[in-house]
Amino acid sequence: MDLEVLVALPIIIPLLLGALSLTVLSNHSAQRWLGAIGTALLLLCSVWLLLHTREVGIQVLEVGSWPAPFGIVLVSDMLGAIMVVLASITGFATALYSLKTVRKRFERFGYYPLLHLLLAGVNGAFLTGDIFNLYVWFEVLLVASFALLILGGERAQMEGAIKYVTLNLLSSALFLTAIGLTYGLVGTLNMADIAVKMASLEDQKMVTVIASLFLIAFAIKAAAFPLFFWLPASYHTPQVAVSAIFAGLLTKVGVYALYRVFTLIFTADTGFTHEILLWIAIFTMLTGVLGAAAQFEVRRILSFHIISQIGYMILGLALFTPLALIGGVFYIMHHIIVKANLFLVAGLMYRLGGSFELKKLGGLYRNHPGLAVLFLIPALSLAGVPPLSGFFAKFILIKAGVEASAWWAVGVALLVGLLTLFSMIKIWNEAFWKASPEPNPAVPAPTRNALLYWTIGLLAAMTVCIGLFAQPIYQMAEMAAAQLLNPAGYIEAVLGGTTP
Amino acid sequence: MEVLVALMLGVLTTCGVYLVLRPRTFSVVLGLTMLSHAVNLFLFSMGRLHSNAPAVIGAAQQHADPLPQALVLTAIVISFAMTAFVVVLALRSALELRNDHVDGVDKEEEPI
Amino acid sequence: MKPRRFNMRSLILNTGSSLLLPLLVLFSLFLLLRGHDEPGGGFIGGLVAAAAVALKLFAEDYKAARDMLRVHPLQLVGIGLVLAAVASLPPLFVGESFFTAQWWSLDLPIFGELKLSTPLLFDIGVFLGVIGTVLTVVFTLAEAEHS
Repeated sequence: MDLEVLVALPIIIPLLLGALSLTVLSNHSAQRWLGAIGTALLLLCSVWLLLHTREVGIQVLEVGSWPAPFGIVLVSDMLGAIMVVLASITGFATALYSLKTVRKRFERFGYYPLLHLLLAGVNGAFLTGDIFNLYVWFEVLLVASFALLILGGERAQMEGAIKYVTLNLLSSALFLTAIGLTYGLVGTLNMADIAVKMASLEDQKMVTVIASLFLIAFAIKAAAFPLFFWLPASYHTPQVAVSAIFAGLLTKVGVYALYRVFTLIFTADTGFTHEILLWIAIFTMLTGVLGAAAQFEVRRILSFHIISQIGYMILGLALFTPLALIGGVFYIMHHIIVKANLFLVAGLMYRLGGSFELKKLGGLYRNHPGLAVLFLIPALSLAGVPPLSGFFAKFILIKAGVEASAWWAVGVALLVGLLTLFSMIKIWNEAFWKASPEPNPAVPAPTRNALLYWTIGLLAAMTVCIGLFAQPIYQMAEMAAAQLLNPAGYIEAVLGGTTP
Repeated sequence: MEVLVALMLGVLTTCGVYLVLRPRTFSVVLGLTMLSHAVNLFLFSMGRLHSNAPAVIGAAQQHADPLPQALVLTAIVISFAMTAFVVVLALRSALELRNDHVDGVDKEEEPI
Repeated sequence: MKPRRFNMRSLILNTGSSLLLPLLVLFSLFLLLRGHDEPGGGFIGGLVAAAAVALKLFAEDYKAARDMLRVHPLQLVGIGLVLAAVASLPPLFVGESFFTAQWWSLDLPIFGELKLSTPLLFDIGVFLGVIGTVLTVVFTLAEAEHS
């Protein structure tokens, strides 16, 4: 019993913090302290949960003492625990970054409570073992993200928000339909129980129909091809800190859900579902990177790169070999940190250079060499230059592709890596290397940026560490992949043995 | 009763899909609402349709499955909140953008 | 375009609302408290209470409704969420699983046995949360109408 409560902490901490900071809505400094210290506490608890899960095995908490197939369970396996730690890292970095960048006007509209609510939703989605509960957490994080997206109420935000909201609500409707069909078919909502009952069904056709519905619903959330249009329309519009946490976490919740259901529940007809996933992955990689090539606004370029990176993660799931899943999990770990960091760097570029447009930027290397280095680390890592984290992530995935003889996927993955490098060099050349187009930047540079540098530096250091000390990270990814490939362990932990 | 429910579902979904594809935000909001009603009704019918059967064991000869009812209740509350949000969003964006086109720009009309 | 004023004052609604308001609030509390094993509960109670404030808004105006509530509706959501979250914690101190319902009964001199529980606390949290959420939406729409 004692340590089981650890599983609930990553949800209950941000929920309580969000509620507390709602009650002190007009007290700005209290909100900021709650944001920074609270997310630090959350990070500590998540790391503890990860270490505990690695040590002891899959942790299960039966909420309200209701036994497993009937009540809601919270489950922390390696994948879930790793995702929670990543979410907490992003949350902590965003909260630190927000201290200096978010204006009082936004704080009054509830910026911090929404941030905590978003984290609670994301962590809830990563930890729940119940498919309907997963839907509820999805909606929690969606509602928080809707409100964060339109905070400030500018024209571009409204326009992007309408697309974002409409497509995400459609995806929720599909998700709910799929849940309904699942319940109608097997009469249970516990994911482990669903996996057992679905496997014993004689007629597998309905299972494939349900799998396709889940696939579409989660693919919209993950911004996979061809359902990604909401992402580039909206991600470049909100506050930079909000963009960073969205870029780091939201699509990854969709990817996580795909990983969860397509390793635990729908593994019977992999010839059909995982073949579709493979082609989705290939096209997602390609469209994302080609879209980025056509853009000249830093945040838009980065938004399109989110899409292409999602392709790599889905590729890991689609190949469905041990090595590919390790690569996929490793990729997610690397990507969340790097992507959030790049958006934060873009925010600092705006503060120092006065614009997000590449044409108007310039001379940042001469004036701010520190920022240039901090940009290069995540940018080169994103492109997969050794010895940074992205190199190992891509290397494992491509090796898995070669072993599975998925030549198309391997070719596209290599090509997309090259084009990503091109994209990053484009930003480097335009924003950092070329001379500044105007002698005096339009916006006078704010002076106190030390905290922002520290935040970005912290994330960049993590990127370097993942690259230099890849062995322990690889081992964690290996454990996560082993658990995913052997759902019997998950099912055993949830359904048997834990209750007296 | 199955036929009636199936027809209702079909009509709601058809109207919802048609309205979501319209260019004005108001019809999109209506369409989303109809789609969520359709999904809620579908979720409810997944507990099998009974008449005169309360969701309490022992209160009558036959009892209905209470779980889908609880799920639908949750889903209704969530879709209620979402609809409220979308209405506020649509209103604000119409005021901000001076038109109610989903792209924010109306190609056919001059802005007001 | 001249902003249109939100105005539908009528004597009947005004008088009626001042009679109805206390009844509605009382009814919402009744629904909240009987909700554990009979129809009712925090959600419905909260809706009724929110309807009471909304009635005030229609009968008089936006400002009167805000004054009646005294606090910002979002603060109500915050307090409600804190209560609901806190309701999940007591079982941890008696060594049971997170969110397990805890019951305490008190013997009061005149009223007899009084049963208190964590589900009640949770329901009160829901009650406040629903009032806050609904009123945030209603007030936002009313403000948009004003400006």
